[in-house]
Amino acid sequence: MVNFLESFLRVAQHAEAGYHPVLPGLILLLPLVGFVINGLGAFLWRDNKRVPSVVGPLAIIGAFAIVVANFLAMRGAMPHDPAVVSLWTWMAVGDLSIGVDLQFDQLSILMMLVVTGVSSVIHVYSIGYMRADPGYSRYFSYLNLFVFFMLILVMGGNFAIMFVGWEGVGLCSYLLIGFWYENREFASAGKKAFIVNRIGDFGFLVAMFLIFTHFGTLNFAEVFAAAPETLVFGGGVVTLTTLLLFLGATGKSAQIPLYVWLPDAMAGPTPVSALIHAATMVTAGVYMVARSGVLFAMAPVSQAIVAAVGAGTALFAATIATQQYDIKKVLAYSTVSQLGYMFLAVGIGAFTAGIFHLMTHAFFKALLFLGSGAVIHAMHEAYHKVHRHDDPNDMRNHGGLKNVMPITWATMWIGTVAIAGIFPFAGFFSKDEIIWSTGSYGYVVLWVVSILTAMLTAAYMTRLMVLTFHGENRSGADTKPYIREVPAVMWVPLAILAVLSLVGGWLQIPEALPVLPAVDALHHWLEPVMEPARHVMMEHGFNQAHEAPLGGGEAAWAIISTVLALFVVILTFRALVHRRYSPAAESEAPTGIAGVLYNKWYVDELYDRVIIRPLLALWRGCWRIVDDGIIDGSLNALASGTRMVGWVGSLFQTGRVAGYMFWFVTGVVLILALLLL
Amino acid sequence: MEIETYTLILSALLFAIGTAGVLLRRNAIIMFMCIELMLNSVNLTLVVFSRSLGIEAQVFVFFVMAVAAAEAAVGLAIIIAIFRHYELVDVDRFNLLKW
Repeated sequence: MVNFLESFLRVAQHAEAGYHPVLPGLILLLPLVGFVINGLGAFLWRDNKRVPSVVGPLAIIGAFAIVVANFLAMRGAMPHDPAVVSLWTWMAVGDLSIGVDLQFDQLSILMMLVVTGVSSVIHVYSIGYMRADPGYSRYFSYLNLFVFFMLILVMGGNFAIMFVGWEGVGLCSYLLIGFWYENREFASAGKKAFIVNRIGDFGFLVAMFLIFTHFGTLNFAEVFAAAPETLVFGGGVVTLTTLLLFLGATGKSAQIPLYVWLPDAMAGPTPVSALIHAATMVTAGVYMVARSGVLFAMAPVSQAIVAAVGAGTALFAATIATQQYDIKKVLAYSTVSQLGYMFLAVGIGAFTAGIFHLMTHAFFKALLFLGSGAVIHAMHEAYHKVHRHDDPNDMRNHGGLKNVMPITWATMWIGTVAIAGIFPFAGFFSKDEIIWSTGSYGYVVLWVVSILTAMLTAAYMTRLMVLTFHGENRSGADTKPYIREVPAVMWVPLAILAVLSLVGGWLQIPEALPVLPAVDALHHWLEPVMEPARHVMMEHGFNQAHEAPLGGGEAAWAIISTVLALFVVILTFRALVHRRYSPAAESEAPTGIAGVLYNKWYVDELYDRVIIRPLLALWRGCWRIVDDGIIDGSLNALASGTRMVGWVGSLFQTGRVAGYMFWFVTGVVLILALLLL
Repeated sequence: MEIETYTLILSALLFAIGTAGVLLRRNAIIMFMCIELMLNSVNLTLVVFSRSLGIEAQVFVFFVMAVAAAEAAVGLAIIIAIFRHYELVDVDRFNLLKW
């Protein structure tokens, strides 16, 4: 017991002199304890809301505090090599030895900061949002469990531990999407997320097998150190491995072709959408690609595919977002689109830019989701009071909320300009870094796509704001007086995230725009982790131009892009603010191009026709022919054959002694005849 | 022909009569007696062969008689039990023991 506890609390053994992880096990233990307490609460004290309200957020805030301490310690020492804490050996079979290793380096610390930081804010917000829910304690136990697994994912020191977290967050995602499982549609949305993710996980697993076959280990440090010597640059093995890893990433991070689960995942409570389906879990794929940067850098084909899929997803999802009316659906497609940006970045090899956008996106997208949650909460309460059953999510039922919900309105505008990429908000720096990298690395087509997407982003977000907060209120004359601003427990998190959406971008000020002292801070911070991958790329003829494809330096394009975004925001605002929308119940379904976009390019229908139905037909065939026909058929034939023999035998069992005697004598005579003749 | 031949023919006849009786008669007592007849025909055969093959065959006869006595005790007991139950000994009526 003492040893076990010590293993949780002791500091790393292999760390460099400068940096020792602080209470590494406790970071994981706190959310787990929260899960256990709240999970018990869901059974034992279901109606007690005080315990989960205290335990749930506190467990995460405690973990956040330890992570901050670790961050400060690491910032002071700035170790070159990762500090690995080995808790115990999980399994040792033959050559395979997997330890429960926690890796502390600049990348994982950054992810831990984002995960625990945003989680803390969202846990607090959830106290207000889920206040009236009967599954309150269950909700917090799931949320704690999610944070636990997410931390395992980002802290894992080898692919296997990462995979444990990877599967664990998938489980929590499933549980929370289907949180209101009484609703059949919500429950099947959870199922969809789970099944689509299985496809990606299959890729991840096979990639792990490949890595183990070629390296004999799954530890990050050993694999990435050995990769340049062990594998051939651009060879089949590394290309296949990275593509399979990327398949895993497309599932978890909702990229084409596996993005379809994320919009449906909005069935879960809104804070869950903010935490899992915007800020943290869905970025796990980006983190994984960045973590395996060395492998990807060795496979230019995979890199090109990652970048192309990312850019394609970004544009594709952005077009859909322009015509959605469900406020959460807009944000869901926006998330898919922004994740596409991150994959574009890590695909072209701009790992820092991808991680940077991951971080800023976590801030402003969590803010936008929580803001939309505030709107939905207010609308729901108002509808509840007047006993109406309209859809509180539909923006056609909103309108003019800025006067009654000024804080939500203001913070959401901050989120909107941040995601639109307008100076000096966070999205400007991170997105511009990606666009600039794409252009200067020479990917002309992807560069154009990324600029187009940026403009679409500004457009659909402004549309969301106008529909929700400006113009006339369309909720109905009876409902309108009941719409209120949300309580402080909900708007304070909004305010915190709004501040982060502003200052979050200042971590990485480009050299060309020295408006603040922190020039390239994030880049320098991540350098020890990303250096090997960059080194591989540099060795194989990678170079960065100083001009965009159309000419012009970084500063020029930064100004162009922010002006462009601002222009689109103003244009969209002016175009839409005076337009009259009718409430959802009185609206007709959109037609033409808008209809195609409203129906999401009919991709779900396409998947249904091309994949699901043929598969179902195939399975039905297997069931009818193979299972019912061959397997059951042979067993049934055996059984009925045996019965047949028994029936024939039973014909002799007449119960008449004379009959038995007759057959007996016949038998004797027959045997005698055989013997004698 | 020698005496053995006549005796063997007699024993075969007795066995055939016994077999026919078992197959054709329905009265349990009669069938029982037919079985005894068959056993004794076999005994006769054994005695005949003991002349040429040695005294061991006669030992067998004693065994058969002992077994037949035991069988008679058990068989008669069963028949009496059946009779007490049904008040008849017609084996065709005792057909409950089947599938």
